[in-house]
Amino acid sequence: MTESLFAITSEPISVEDVMKKVMRPEAGAVAVFAGTVREWTNGKRTLFLQYEAYVSMAEKMLAQIGAEIAEQWPGAKTAITHRIGRLEIGDIAVVIAVSSPHRAEAYEANRYAIERIKQIVPIWKKEQWEDGSAWIGDQLETKAYPSGKPEVNE
Amino acid sequence: MMIRLLFFAHLGEQVGERQVTWPHVPDTVGKLKEEVEARYGLPLDRVMTAVNEEYARDDAPLQPGDTVAFIPPVSGG
Repeated sequence: MTESLFAITSEPISVEDVMKKVMRPEAGAVAVFAGTVREWTNGKRTLFLQYEAYVSMAEKMLAQIGAEIAEQWPGAKTAITHRIGRLEIGDIAVVIAVSSPHRAEAYEANRYAIERIKQIVPIWKKEQWEDGSAWIGDQLETKAYPSGKPEVNE
Repeated sequence: MMIRLLFFAHLGEQVGERQVTWPHVPDTVGKLKEEVEARYGLPLDRVMTAVNEEYARDDAPLQPGDTVAFIPPVSGG
């Protein structure tokens, strides 16, 4: 497992390894989030997922999220690892660990991180169903970027 | 005088290649998008663009040697 705080990997993610990257004496709390592959979505059964990333830019964007968190919650330290490639039901796709002196900041910042990942980090998932497949994010048409880019500095 | 284009997710499948060398340098990202739409028949109105790994607006200028990535709405997490 990489030593970097912000990583894209094609290997299974160890929750403990990501968590250890943010543990330090100043911290009194570590909030850890794991995003996993869900079998059923709105009555439709997923067989497996394929994740693709623009790896170099994705790692930069993850680091940017860490910097945003450090600015918004001083004293908070963030580590994020996202997996790509083929993932089976129940596999961990992403782990976010945030440590902070007190628990409130760790919880809030961790929630912020996953929402930002879904806005700005160039990673895509392809759903494989029993009756077909589709890249998610485009076909659902839940998002549009009229200006050609997302708002990266909210 | 060329730039490198990267296509991800469904765009890569539709273009048939993930990486393309574009033989000249349009003035702006917006101009490049129009050319790419015409060349491949791809609608890019909901696609973000990154120049050298930074998100860029349609009025951003392009330079020889730039890497331009077309980024459909993301779905990580």
